[in-house]
Amino acid sequence: MSVGRFNHNGVWAIYQFEIARALRTLGQSLVAPVISTSLYFIVFGSAIGSRMREVEGVSYGAFIVPGLIMLSLFTESLSNASFGIYFPKFTGTIYELLSAPVSFLEVVLAYVGAAATKSIVLGLVILATANLFVDVQILHPVWMILFLVLTAVTFSLFGFIIGVWADGFEQLQIVPTLIVTPLTFLGGAFYSISMLPTAWQKITLFNPMVYLISGFRWSFYGQADVSVGVSLAATFGFFALCLVVVGWIFKTGYRLKS
Amino acid sequence: MHSEKSAVAERDRRGEPGVGDRVLEIRGLGKVYAGGERALEGVDLDIRRGEIFALLGPNGAGKTTLISIVCGIVTASEGTVSVDGLDTVRDYRRIRPRIGLVPQELHTDAFESVWATVSFSRGLFGLRRDDRHIEKVLRDLSLWDKRKERIMHLSGGMKRRVLIAKALAHEPEILFLDEPTAGVDVELRRDMWELVRGLRTGGVTVILTTHYIAEAEEMADRIGVISRGRLILVEEKRELIKKLGKKQLRVELQEPLEALPAELGDLQVALLSEGHELELTFDANDERTGIPTLLRRLGELGIHYRDLSTRQSSLEEIFVSLVSERTEPRGAEAAP
Repeated sequence: MSVGRFNHNGVWAIYQFEIARALRTLGQSLVAPVISTSLYFIVFGSAIGSRMREVEGVSYGAFIVPGLIMLSLFTESLSNASFGIYFPKFTGTIYELLSAPVSFLEVVLAYVGAAATKSIVLGLVILATANLFVDVQILHPVWMILFLVLTAVTFSLFGFIIGVWADGFEQLQIVPTLIVTPLTFLGGAFYSISMLPTAWQKITLFNPMVYLISGFRWSFYGQADVSVGVSLAATFGFFALCLVVVGWIFKTGYRLKS
Repeated sequence: MHSEKSAVAERDRRGEPGVGDRVLEIRGLGKVYAGGERALEGVDLDIRRGEIFALLGPNGAGKTTLISIVCGIVTASEGTVSVDGLDTVRDYRRIRPRIGLVPQELHTDAFESVWATVSFSRGLFGLRRDDRHIEKVLRDLSLWDKRKERIMHLSGGMKRRVLIAKALAHEPEILFLDEPTAGVDVELRRDMWELVRGLRTGGVTVILTTHYIAEAEEMADRIGVISRGRLILVEEKRELIKKLGKKQLRVELQEPLEALPAELGDLQVALLSEGHELELTFDANDERTGIPTLLRRLGELGIHYRDLSTRQSSLEEIFVSLVSERTEPRGAEAAP
């Protein structure tokens, strides 16, 4: 009796377990983000947006859709994946994972796959919700899906790393609330970089979120703060960086095994 | 005495005579935790297929570390573990489906149902879904009626059963039970022993740790004693009691004595029960037990007795003497 090259039953068990966890807490994992996104549309899109000029030919309400989806994608991927692996560490049930015939790669695949699935579904639900409020166009749907999937996977990997690193529940919150959310707000989720003073435009280019948001928005409206190639390279770069860190955790058993 | 024990242990470690089928082989196993604390040192152990092996030792002796290394939860600092000749680290994908672990702590997914968590375990270990097997496991553990309940609503004893069910979900050949009856009520303890015996009948090798001697005495075929990270003895249970067991002869006197007569001073005799009883301690394996000498001298001294009884020391006493022997020279810390 051996699990062979790929323990598909094992990966599937973890994946299902994680999806079941999300379904059990549907309010928290889906309804809450949809409500908060709708609030953004009501406030920025209708109330304030109606008094604003168009941004590069797109109504302000429609302009913020890609940024809002990205914001949810970042935070939900992070919190889903980090919680998914942190919770077994916290409750002690990780003993089973460590004693099972699953490789670290399979564990990552299952947890990150499940977290990414959830945030992709969420992203699409927000897109559908946005469509109720504003008229959303998608010029490059294939690229849109590519950016969506790549970002979800990358931030789920990032979340997995945070979950492995975290020692307590506060630490799970540090990266999303203190780093990712501010950088996303400052990274052009709600405005175009070109609207900023020149000096700020330069500084903003050090913010990695700019590239992710800009590329995603380009797939909708064909307009971008930075070129799509650079956006794509930045997204892949971040993805590769997360893979390297995960590989390092795998090699050293960092914080998983004593 | 001490060298004899080591010789016994040594012979058993090498697994020379009489060891038929060796299923688990541990060689030179050691563990130093990141904090510098040494938990295991130079452990050699063979487990035979189909036996119940009890690993006995006080808290903190290294029992859980040993089990955790075999199961892959803790990385060994030195040494190897193999199952049927396959290395547990290198060949973990072939080894682990054959091993089940019931941890000491009640680590459970509070929000999951019993059925879901047990099915999850089967899948995790690479097996195809099999509802009939899960049903059988749950029924065997009296969990069937609770299958839809969330684990958080179960009692401690029931959670313990769930952990056992999880460990049995993938039909392991070797089952590790880490302190299976710690904090468990009498009824469940009986059930647990029953279950373990049933597993053995089905060919499962069981390795359990305990600090309850009664448990080892009740269940095990062989016993290993671990203290301060070292395996100080491995022996057949019966042999252990026979070989290391002291026997006591109690002599109930007709008239109480005020003090132990000087004529008995060279024998291992103590005066008990305010002078109503004499107790002779002797080694059951010795040629000369001292019993005839004692009785003769009592006759010479004109001390009359009403009754005689002998008893054999329990594992508990053996264990306490073993552990204190090991710990005394190394410092003040006493075995609990």
